[in-house]
Amino acid sequence: MFSQYREMLGEGNPAELVEMQGEELWSAARGPKNKPLSACDLGLGAGVVAGAYASLPRYFKDAGRVMDLETRLAWCMNDIQGLSESAVTARPFSVQGQTATDLEALTAWIAGQSRGKVISVPQKHAKEQAAFAEGKRLFNYRAGPYDFSCAGCHSQSSKRIRLTVLPNLTTQEGAANAYRSWPAYRVSQGALRTMQWRMVDCARQQRLPELIFGSPAAVSLLTYLGATANGGIMDAPGIKR
Amino acid sequence: MSARCLVATLSLLVLVLATLSPTTMAGDNESLTASYRAKGQAGLDRLQQSEMQQACSGPVGMEVAADVATKIQKAAMDGVVLPADGKLLGQWEKGQKIAQTGTGMQSSDDPATPNGGNCYACHQLAPEEISFGTLGPSLAGYGKIRGQSEAMLKYTWTRIWNSHAYSACSHMPRFGDAKILTEEQIRDVMAFLFDPASPVNK
Repeated sequence: MFSQYREMLGEGNPAELVEMQGEELWSAARGPKNKPLSACDLGLGAGVVAGAYASLPRYFKDAGRVMDLETRLAWCMNDIQGLSESAVTARPFSVQGQTATDLEALTAWIAGQSRGKVISVPQKHAKEQAAFAEGKRLFNYRAGPYDFSCAGCHSQSSKRIRLTVLPNLTTQEGAANAYRSWPAYRVSQGALRTMQWRMVDCARQQRLPELIFGSPAAVSLLTYLGATANGGIMDAPGIKR
Repeated sequence: MSARCLVATLSLLVLVLATLSPTTMAGDNESLTASYRAKGQAGLDRLQQSEMQQACSGPVGMEVAADVATKIQKAAMDGVVLPADGKLLGQWEKGQKIAQTGTGMQSSDDPATPNGGNCYACHQLAPEEISFGTLGPSLAGYGKIRGQSEAMLKYTWTRIWNSHAYSACSHMPRFGDAKILTEEQIRDVMAFLFDPASPVNK
């Protein structure tokens, strides 16, 4: 039922407006250093945007850790533009119905530049492998008053929460279908939502404390999900109910 | 080194690693607590696992050892509290509302508002309700099919109170044991399942 609705919504995705906002931001001189972000290395070389999202998260030597796109953008805004990372990440997600945040807009545009690209999250560096292993451990980690883990809802195929079909994130197919569709415009919230938002909101529904934007746990979970999805074809920003 | 010696060394290594694993877990969980912050009613203490949670956090498809499962089930069963007055059934109308309510204990929820049971997230209940999940078994016609024997009422109460009494790594929240629902709320959910007038049994 929702899948047909989603298909219908696909025509004229409001995420396109957010993508345009992000494209402008990428080349605009901003921050105390008055520099554009376009020198930022998203993993494929300084300023290379095409295909970058499809191979994130990955290890960045300059930062010494594994980063997903959103974490990397916050790092570059600090490094290149001189904006404080804590200020950039203080409110990473927009309030329902309001204009997308800079991080959301940039993420939407950069993800869009990976449309049609094969998801290929690297697993060569030891820290990338460690992030995958930690992500897998956290995926199965049951905690909180409801004893929930990610696996509780996302380790079987063709199951539903009420009418919403749950992806089986332990399979390549299930992980790829999820990974390829984020970021996405969430119609029920009137907002573009990113992968970091998805992780944070899942933790809330798990009855856990607040998952911190760009934290090691969030990036590890995304590394596990992304690398499991390897081989899928990116098709984001998507649209969801 | 002889083959036998190698085997002995390896076995010892495995044994040492197994003994060390709780320490390793604690170390890993420091990075876990650094990844979350307390919000609303959800404190960082929620990241600490109980023995059951830890035993049931293995990779998908991994079964817990039989002795561990027995221990978890016994502890769950021993903790079940039946109502002192022996009254196990309340009002189905209230129970239906609890089954439909998905909020409770989230960092975004007001702790002063009663928690829901969110039964429909995972179970089919009243056949007339089309919005139901499929992670748990269908409970349509629950009371009509099973009757209201004392044994059946107690079994169902126990399932709701702490489902781990019957399946060690059940994914169903411990509605009584974890104080998600009050005794009165569980009575109402019971009535929603058993009352012949309840839409579950229509």
